[in-house]
Amino acid sequence: MRVAGYGRVDRGAALSFRFDGRPLRGFAGDTLASALLANGVRLVGRSFKCHRPRGLLAAGSEEPNGLVSVAGVPNLRATMVELAEGLEAQAQNAWPALGLDLMAVNDLFAPFLGAGFYYKAFMGPGRTWERVYEPLIRRAAGLGRLGRAPDETWRETAYAHCDLLVIGAGPAGLMAALTAGRAGRDVILAEEDAAAGGRLLAEDEEVDGRPGADWALAVARDLAAMPNVRVMMRTAVTGAYDGGTYAALERAAPGHAGPRETFWRIVAPRAVLAAGALERPIAFADNDRPGIMLAGAARAYLHRWGAVAGPRVAVFANNGGAARTARDMARAGVEVTGVFDAREGAHVVGSRGRQGLRAVTVEAGGRRHAVPADCLAVSGGWSPNVHLACHLGARPVWDDRLAAFLPPQDGVPGMVPAGAAAGVFSTAGCLASGVDAAVAALGVDALELPRAEDGAYEIAPLWHVPGKRRAWLDFQNDVTVKDVQGAAAENYRSVEHMKRYTTQGMAPDQGKSSNLLALAVLAEATGRSIPETGTTTFRPPYVPVPVGAMGAGGRGRRFAPERLSPANDAIAGRGAPTVEAGLWHRPSYFPAPGEGWEAACAREAAMVRNAVGVADVSTLGKIDVQGPVAGAFLDFVYANGISTLKAGRARYGIMLREDGHVMDDGTVARLGDDHFLLTTTTAAAGPVMRHLEFVHQCLRPEMDLRMVSVSDQWAQFAVAGPRARAVLGAVLEGGLPDPFPFMACGAVSVGGVAGRLFRISFSGELGYEIAVPARYGTALYAALLAAAEAEGGGPYGMEAMNVLRIEKGFLTHAEIDGRVTAHDLGLGRMVAEKDCIGRVAAGRPALTDPARPRLVGVRTVAAGDEMTAGALLFAKGNRPTAPNIAGHVSSVGWSTVSGRMIGLGFLKHGPERLGEVVRLVDRLRGVWTDVEITAPCFYDTEGGRMRG
Amino acid sequence: MRYSAWQVIRQGLTGNRGWAPVWRDPAPRPAYDVVIVGGGGHGLATAYYLAKNHGITNVAVLEKGYLGGGNVGRNTTIVRANYLLPGNSEFYSHSLKLWEGLEEELNFNVMHSQRGVINIFHSDAQRDAAARRGNAMLAQGDDAILLDRDGVRAMLPYLDFDQARFPIHGGLYHPRGGTARHDAVAWGFARGADRLGVDLIQNCEVTGISVEGGQVRGVETTRGAIRAGKVGLAAAGRSSQVAAMAGLRLPIESHVLQAFVTEGLKPVVDHVVTFGMGHFYISQSDKGGLVFGGDLDFYASYAARGNLPMAEHVMEAGVALMPMLARARVLRSWGGIMDMTPDGSPIIDRTPVGGLFLNAGWCYGGFKAVPGSGWSFAHLIATGAPHGPAARYRLDRFARGDLIDEEGRGSQHNLH
Amino acid sequence: MRIDCPLCGARDRREFHYLGAAVYLDRPGPAAGPEAWDAYLHQRENPAGRGRELWCHEAGCGAWLAVERDMTSHAVVSVRLAEAGA
Repeated sequence: MRVAGYGRVDRGAALSFRFDGRPLRGFAGDTLASALLANGVRLVGRSFKCHRPRGLLAAGSEEPNGLVSVAGVPNLRATMVELAEGLEAQAQNAWPALGLDLMAVNDLFAPFLGAGFYYKAFMGPGRTWERVYEPLIRRAAGLGRLGRAPDETWRETAYAHCDLLVIGAGPAGLMAALTAGRAGRDVILAEEDAAAGGRLLAEDEEVDGRPGADWALAVARDLAAMPNVRVMMRTAVTGAYDGGTYAALERAAPGHAGPRETFWRIVAPRAVLAAGALERPIAFADNDRPGIMLAGAARAYLHRWGAVAGPRVAVFANNGGAARTARDMARAGVEVTGVFDAREGAHVVGSRGRQGLRAVTVEAGGRRHAVPADCLAVSGGWSPNVHLACHLGARPVWDDRLAAFLPPQDGVPGMVPAGAAAGVFSTAGCLASGVDAAVAALGVDALELPRAEDGAYEIAPLWHVPGKRRAWLDFQNDVTVKDVQGAAAENYRSVEHMKRYTTQGMAPDQGKSSNLLALAVLAEATGRSIPETGTTTFRPPYVPVPVGAMGAGGRGRRFAPERLSPANDAIAGRGAPTVEAGLWHRPSYFPAPGEGWEAACAREAAMVRNAVGVADVSTLGKIDVQGPVAGAFLDFVYANGISTLKAGRARYGIMLREDGHVMDDGTVARLGDDHFLLTTTTAAAGPVMRHLEFVHQCLRPEMDLRMVSVSDQWAQFAVAGPRARAVLGAVLEGGLPDPFPFMACGAVSVGGVAGRLFRISFSGELGYEIAVPARYGTALYAALLAAAEAEGGGPYGMEAMNVLRIEKGFLTHAEIDGRVTAHDLGLGRMVAEKDCIGRVAAGRPALTDPARPRLVGVRTVAAGDEMTAGALLFAKGNRPTAPNIAGHVSSVGWSTVSGRMIGLGFLKHGPERLGEVVRLVDRLRGVWTDVEITAPCFYDTEGGRMRG
Repeated sequence: MRYSAWQVIRQGLTGNRGWAPVWRDPAPRPAYDVVIVGGGGHGLATAYYLAKNHGITNVAVLEKGYLGGGNVGRNTTIVRANYLLPGNSEFYSHSLKLWEGLEEELNFNVMHSQRGVINIFHSDAQRDAAARRGNAMLAQGDDAILLDRDGVRAMLPYLDFDQARFPIHGGLYHPRGGTARHDAVAWGFARGADRLGVDLIQNCEVTGISVEGGQVRGVETTRGAIRAGKVGLAAAGRSSQVAAMAGLRLPIESHVLQAFVTEGLKPVVDHVVTFGMGHFYISQSDKGGLVFGGDLDFYASYAARGNLPMAEHVMEAGVALMPMLARARVLRSWGGIMDMTPDGSPIIDRTPVGGLFLNAGWCYGGFKAVPGSGWSFAHLIATGAPHGPAARYRLDRFARGDLIDEEGRGSQHNLH
Repeated sequence: MRIDCPLCGARDRREFHYLGAAVYLDRPGPAAGPEAWDAYLHQRENPAGRGRELWCHEAGCGAWLAVERDMTSHAVVSVRLAEAGA
């Protein structure tokens, strides 16, 4: 019902909307909730467990009952949905319809659905829980439907910094922001609501001689005009974190063109918590009937939106809110059928009506009588919004006079509570408190205060009215006074036990308006005071935050950076499918027309063995180390000796972690006396760089050297195969340097560009790697390919590279998996007798045990047999059970030179078992094969081809 | 009082006034045969099995706060036996078998739901690693199925198969894995232990451990001194502080792990799904909340709360893997304190102090371990000898190099 | 959480990489014996209060930092360059 002459909605801007398919009309400035009330809609939802009909309780984000789905987004609070033309909202948790919900049959079984009933039944036998009971419970539980379609809503994350964050734009927050803003400080004022003013929008009060809402609007405008103040409306501060960091969720106004939601991280060394207070109800029998709402919400609907829940209003309160509500309703011409002030002994003890309130039962002076009412405005008092002040673990402090918890002192460093959030409930007090808070936070000058009402807040605590029928505490989870009393009787006496056993406060509203009532009931039931009973923990977020807002950076391909080789354009032009290697995309194989991956791989491997191939190895990590003691430093970080390397030469190196396991391998090239270039594997480039800096800065700070990652600065290509010399000869200015023996390195010139040449081989063939500055990568790759193709060669990808290296027993992270030692890899002799990272720990007894699984080669006994990586190895005749596991296969490939599947793996006592036939078992993929254990090299074991 | 559907109906018909207390609330006695420090899942399960399996009922469980108030009440409730390495493989296999009969064993519905765990992999290398793990699981006698991309799509059609930054190559499916109602596990073991005569003493903080001549004699508490022939420490999250009372230093660094739950939703995620590239895992509780988490916050912490960078990373991973998740809303976040060890695996062992036993270092795998850990720790305390499936969880394994490093990350505590 | 890098100023936690307790600065000599190495690699004081640890300003200047921090409140007490020694 709309009240003439009341509300700040724009009656000139009518809007059409639908609720559960029903066409309705409201005005600009309405929320869905106010528009529903104005249309006489009291039934807005169904409760979680008992499917009881429910109406609006509150007018803000704490609303427990008015949850709706809009455009496939479930559980939106009707009180926070701004009305827009064409809005379509659906009620939730009712079937087939909100008015006729067959699931309401649950309510008949309520005696058997008390707190924790499911812990005491539905047990076994066997898997009946999963098969029978659980699906029923899951279907019955839950509120809205998520929908499995992708969510395409535009959301963003953002950072902001300020001197002072003011949380809440009620009278206290506005004055705090004004005080700091006038003093020239950088201020962010964040307000959850779409309008500034807080309770000034909801009450009939004057500030500085004009309506409070007008005053608030004017102040908010002044603030918005200040260059050092940022006013963020529709922005709920959702969490307080360490170091003065706050999280906030900004919603876009209807029709706004930008992102619908933005998740802010606001860094503010000082904050004023002016988040107001939340009203709480009083529990009495059947207190959940639609039409029963908080008194402050009833006044808010009247003053802000000109809406009431019906023509006849009764009031029940334990504080001054009773008289204020009755006064305001009467002034607006709404019939007030009764005012029941608990302080005077009047209690509401029951309610009547099917899907909406018709009458309340009142007990006063020992007599009971029915009072007709469409709306009962209830107030059990106000609770300061201490939530954010407790996010770092501090507990709120009980105040007997206010019958409420107050924010803890210094609960969040730099945060000062103000206004109703600090337990100051008069308008004049809030205005002064806001100024004081800004002064306390920043040491700025105080402002003169506007004039305002300064009444006292008097309350006589009343939490629940005793009675036989159910009296609701948590409306969303259907937790009643009896449930809490029952939990206490069963000895779930800790407040946490009570919460978890009854589910009190665990629904979408997190018990914002009910937790204190439940606590009081528990305190009473266990003979303790409320502060002795204590509260549960306040945890972020204050209001629910869409996963898609906080995780906006993860949508689609944005989740992680994509790294592409400097030669990517040339590679992509060859039609090679790519594989992911960490963040990199690398070419997998280069298919000829009609060719599958296996054929392409075999052809490319054969091409390298017989002619020449070109592969992009730009993704390898490259670290440039320079300084007079660089050699000594590298002796310390590599397990093998490096300083003995001569300038112009390269060496294979392994790096250990300090715990003695192999971290990474690569080559070290000495480009000059004081100049080294290290390569790392693609995946380990970052960690190795960090490790080297750690060793330098933390363990060897006296060493005079500098290092820098140059992974992105150089494009690098392997040229491998018997015809490699011809390819390089065609590309290098002045031809291939001569002599340039195996493991040589040096400067070269490619078309006038200074490059580097390394004679190293990861294929076992005559091989080189040539590097040029990254911007020339595409050009060099194209030139190398042209030269290679002239020699009967071409490009090869990761698949062929993998087969070639397995044939040679070279390692990747399939073998160096973080659990292996140099000893396991057969590289124990490389660990030099010197002090280096990892050497001592590598000598621990269990790490040098010959029975450890150690690197071997495996080849199928029968040429046509299958072999898979990830298969386990068992001694012949042993059953394939866990105690018998003798090893595993880490890498496999089809080897043309071996004419069969080969692989690398790890086998207990491996090097002592060469020639033994063992059983390869991959039960997961149904592969059972006899394989022969070999040395981990299948091709050119003497190495003549790569040295030649 | 025995719980059953009939009991629920009977009590319902009489106003639910007849329910017996779930446990007693005894005052501490001056002496016990065994004192367990820590009334979480592991401590309560240990007390239960001491009484049940070994007939040792003169036992007190001392809890500084409320029963089940530590990590057993603050986790993502996943129960699985999908480990790779000897040590973990047999231990978690044993624990899962205990889970499978737990409701009937405890006469308490812990809602153990074997809905299946699916680990998504994103590359050939990850497939090989998953295959090795799956084969180890099968060799242990547990179950594992390797799914290809289409197999995953058939089960989890809502994943992002087309746009995802890391392509979905397949998954390792562990049908017997699942979830359980975490609080109920603590309460079920507590009620079971209480019924067998164990004293559960809440709000009783241990402030000292008395050691004479290398032998434990009892503990000092905020409710007075208690003598005990044997003391078992099961105070994960505070293991270092409790052990320090007996002069021990542990190979443990404490870290915070966050988790998140959304508002209640109708059934939409029917399994436990993990995302290898994003350190993300998710399941849906029976109440409808999507429960999910990721990696540690990575810095040492005793504050049971996290910070934004990891929270955001977890959300990003969720959105990347399951685009529908974007419209779900996070209702609550929390953090638990993890005993992180240098190889990511736990410790169930004697200590250098006679009669003092240690159960610690569960990293973030402690919940699913509750029954197995209780069983093995009770065995160790009762007999003095390690229990088979937990025999590798030795305190000196780090010094010996006999590591159980599932992640292969090495001795840095926070990398497991 | 924010850390005040001596070279760059106060920056968000996400710019930093955490290693562990500052005991990593006190690397034993090669002949220090198994106990010293076990203590260095594994055993931790793990204080529920103030402790010193090593962080790297990896997404900033790259400096390794010795940070004194309260593990219970996350308050950062002091930050200095690790190369300046313990």
